[in-house]
Amino acid sequence: MSALIQGLMPHLLVAPILLPMLTAAAQLLLGEGRRPAKLLMGMVSALLGLAVSVILLVWVEENGVVAYLPGNWRAPFGIALAVDRLSAAMLVLTWTLGTCALSFASARWHRAGVHFHPMFQLQLMGLSGAFLTADVFNLFVFFEILLAASYGLLLHGSGKPRVRAGVHYVAVNLAASSLFLIGVSMIYGVTGTLNMAELSARLSGEAVPNRHLIDAGAAILAVAFMAKAAAWPLNFWLVPAYASATPPVAAVFAILTKVGIYAMVRLWTLMFAGGPLAGFGANALLAFGSITTLLAALGMLATHRLADQAAAGVVVSAGTLLAALGLGEQTVLGGAVFYLAGSTLAASAFFLLVDLVERWRAGATVVDEAPFLSATLEAQDVNLDDEEAPLVAVPFPASTALLGLAFVACALLVSGLPPLPTFIGKLGMLSAALAVREGSGAVPTRAWLFVGVLLGSGLLTLIALTRTGIRTFWSGMQREAPRVRAAEGLPVVALLAACGALTLAAGPVMEYALATAQSLYDRHGYIDAVLGAPVRLPATATEVRR
Amino acid sequence: METVLAIAIGILTGSGVWLLLRPRTFQLVIGLSLLAYAVNLFIFSIGGLAIDKEPILVDGVPPNLEHYTDPVPQALVLTAIVISFAMTALLLVIILASRGMTGTDHVDGTEP
Repeated sequence: MSALIQGLMPHLLVAPILLPMLTAAAQLLLGEGRRPAKLLMGMVSALLGLAVSVILLVWVEENGVVAYLPGNWRAPFGIALAVDRLSAAMLVLTWTLGTCALSFASARWHRAGVHFHPMFQLQLMGLSGAFLTADVFNLFVFFEILLAASYGLLLHGSGKPRVRAGVHYVAVNLAASSLFLIGVSMIYGVTGTLNMAELSARLSGEAVPNRHLIDAGAAILAVAFMAKAAAWPLNFWLVPAYASATPPVAAVFAILTKVGIYAMVRLWTLMFAGGPLAGFGANALLAFGSITTLLAALGMLATHRLADQAAAGVVVSAGTLLAALGLGEQTVLGGAVFYLAGSTLAASAFFLLVDLVERWRAGATVVDEAPFLSATLEAQDVNLDDEEAPLVAVPFPASTALLGLAFVACALLVSGLPPLPTFIGKLGMLSAALAVREGSGAVPTRAWLFVGVLLGSGLLTLIALTRTGIRTFWSGMQREAPRVRAAEGLPVVALLAACGALTLAAGPVMEYALATAQSLYDRHGYIDAVLGAPVRLPATATEVRR
Repeated sequence: METVLAIAIGILTGSGVWLLLRPRTFQLVIGLSLLAYAVNLFIFSIGGLAIDKEPILVDGVPPNLEHYTDPVPQALVLTAIVISFAMTALLLVIILASRGMTGTDHVDGTEP
């Protein structure tokens, strides 16, 4: 097995991009209809992709950063792909989410419109490409691939709310893409390179010419990434769009904002973590991240719809990660990587769960508004009244218990309470932030601000989710037990089980996250791997050389 | 030439941003297109402006940027043009759908 992987190795890096692309092409050839065949192909592709991602993760953990040159040109000139610890972890997350969402969609949602399966594969392709590329312009191209697929998926099933939210989503992202191009070309104009490793190497020299232009380009680039990562004030499109998308699509979208965060982390650590430009924009990142987190937590409190709360939860986690990056400490970033994994899985599970709960509640007879105040409660004789109403214990159907427990788990995950992985991630960030010392030995104000934001947003989200949980699960009538299909129940359980596994394996995972942060801050591994990637000579040329 | 190009980029960007902030979907599409043109010109200009210089190597001419135009921005702008064109087409489809479903061309789908 390992010999096989050894032989395949640098070429295996393109598999997460090629596999979904070829699958999508084959699915398109099948035409509309033939859904079982397409589903089978999609599932095979998703499981293979997951396997390849795990192989890459293990490989990177053992052998360090691996780079691959698809065009076989020497590094700064051709296209380069690279996988390091962060990319590998993001790949595993992407394909886990993809597998679970596809399984969930197979129950009913993939029938809502045409061409679900090819678009889903292209979405996975864009995500994988964005995580693997080592080139700023290819990052743009893969961003556009994943965005184009996401536009299609968002509108999948059509309907007024989706189209209305879609206009905002597409317009904001197109404007952000324009900013992305401006930033990329400014940086190219000053440094003359698009390769991230080369860029980092050139910026780490003693004197950087035209430093202000680089700062301006990086700031414009950051605005583009922050629009995609849903940072305030450019995040108004997110909640309506994600809440109106079909649930399996929303479950994959849970990682889209993290792509923006990933790009910020990757470029910021490569350009500004050391060298003469160190720490550029850190305060702005911290401020925008904090405001985003707090406003999104307030937004969760303000809404009553579960889907809106799930979408706002995505924004909370994105803001938290942004603030953690803004703190500019390696150990804080380590906790943030752990938090990123947990919160992405949690958001995805939450979106899927919301669909099951909403469908269950839609079958109920009571109007959903403010159940404690409604007159119908008394009329229907189901109160906790002193004398009249018989409070008979009803056996709990297993499916109700499943939904309830899954909701509790999601609430704990989104608000970051023990013992689930988001708590461990937050704990890692908090303890690292409080360990930061200024010259006088005191904890700096920025760190205290970060601690406040983290704890405050956790409290607000906990209150919001407790309230909706009570409304959803306790205040109802005697409803039919929900019917949960295996294809829909299993993905939710699987995602939550993945969170459970992250808790159980917290030690090794945290070590991995800290190692990730360390290798991000110590850029030489990445630079050396990409710039030193060997050009492969064709067999005949090798023979001639001999 | 630099001045003319800079003014052109500035006017296109300014008009594009202004139109982007308008409430009608038609203005939104035109605004995004103008912004895309401005960006394409900007990318084109970052390699430095040169007249009568090719981006392709020619026999007998030493291969350095003294004698050639930087080819990378031209490759980039080609990609950017294709992508922005495709995205504008997609946006048009969505906007037509929105017009059909909501009965208004306001970007929010309802008249305020």
